[in-house]
Amino acid sequence: MQLTFEGRAYDLRPGESVLDAMARHGVGLPSACRVGSCQACMIRSVSGDPGPDARRGLKATWLASGYFLACLARPSCDLTVAEPGDDAHTAARLISARAMGPGVLRVLVRPDRCLDYQPGQHVTLSRPGGITRIYSIVSLPAQSARTGIELHVRVYPAGAMSGWLARARPGAPLSLGSPAGECFYLPGNSAGPLLLAGTGTGIAPLLAVARAALADQHPGQVVLIHGAAEPDGLYLGRQCPPELTASPGSAVSWRTCVLSDGEDIAAAAAAELAALACPPGSVRAYLCGGAGSVGRIRRALFMAGMSLADIYADRFVQAGAGR
Amino acid sequence: MTAETSVYERLGGSLAIRSVTEVFYRKVLSDDLLAPYFDDVDMDRQIAKQASFLTMALGGPNEYTGDDLRSAHAGMPDLDDKHFDGVLGHLADTLRAFGVSEADVSEVGAVADSVRNDVLNR
Repeated sequence: MQLTFEGRAYDLRPGESVLDAMARHGVGLPSACRVGSCQACMIRSVSGDPGPDARRGLKATWLASGYFLACLARPSCDLTVAEPGDDAHTAARLISARAMGPGVLRVLVRPDRCLDYQPGQHVTLSRPGGITRIYSIVSLPAQSARTGIELHVRVYPAGAMSGWLARARPGAPLSLGSPAGECFYLPGNSAGPLLLAGTGTGIAPLLAVARAALADQHPGQVVLIHGAAEPDGLYLGRQCPPELTASPGSAVSWRTCVLSDGEDIAAAAAAELAALACPPGSVRAYLCGGAGSVGRIRRALFMAGMSLADIYADRFVQAGAGR
Repeated sequence: MTAETSVYERLGGSLAIRSVTEVFYRKVLSDDLLAPYFDDVDMDRQIAKQASFLTMALGGPNEYTGDDLRSAHAGMPDLDDKHFDGVLGHLADTLRAFGVSEADVSEVGAVADSVRNDVLNR
């Protein structure tokens, strides 16, 4: 059997794990426990089946992206694997960039070909001059096909990307990378409530998750919490966006948290979880925003009884020159 | 009877270890004596390490060396027996919550106790 990684083929002995085979060939993957507990050696299958054992205990969104554990994978067929997040590019053009509140632009981008992604994933956006930033995709695939890919862009005073987008003309050339991220909605995965908490433009991917849940007629309640440092950071407003309440039978609630008013989003998220009054295993939480606040919300939900396996988190990391 | 299979296997293997580790870690973080030491710790890394340690302590398949246990705790010179005993207590309570017998709880506790000097830098 053959194992292909980064364009090179390695032989795989019967019964040998992918992790061991790669180590034998001098390719070291991160690993620790080697028995499927720590999940440090998680990689992605591009083609071929790593076998059911290799997917034990992984989150549903990781499974949908082809991830598996190299230490438990003993495939019985050829396998091509890749490290998480390798990149391919799609040419695109700017449709428009308009302010939607203080310091946030609603940017619409038209890719040259259909971009394959899950609602809630993020994508790299590059402009001429070699500047690249990561943004979450707000629009559902069907909306993107009609009106373009929607991104919510935080404007920084000297932002190499955001400042350029604010001034750029429609039609300006751009490039999009491969959509990535584990913070996405899976249709039909579970009927339980969704708890979506985001700070700043971290609410953008959660809006996509909420839109996808509604489009899927998700039976469980959808709770959105938008956190901001200051009141004017609530760029979607204090009330639930009308698009989320328009569909009949939708059970969407919207809560805002302003840090300067002494409102703590981690405590708010834990309170919303308690208010759902559901068994901890039935709720899924999606968190997005700055690393500090996402970490605090995640910890609060974990302490309130949620398993980390049910918490999907994307942390924003600011680029050197501003995102 | 208990010599036939390990506590690890009877609990349900690697899948169960994730749940056991989360319950254990939640107890540790709820303990005012211990929680401050975890304030700046990456939760995922910590849970991965604890899962790896628990797999070893419960008699599961492992390549646990504990080499980094000493270095990981070297920056905390004020750790003493009461902290270590506190952690052992939470481990025992966790195992009881998962229906592990008292005999097995003591056995696992003894294995966990074997790293006391590494953790306390002695």
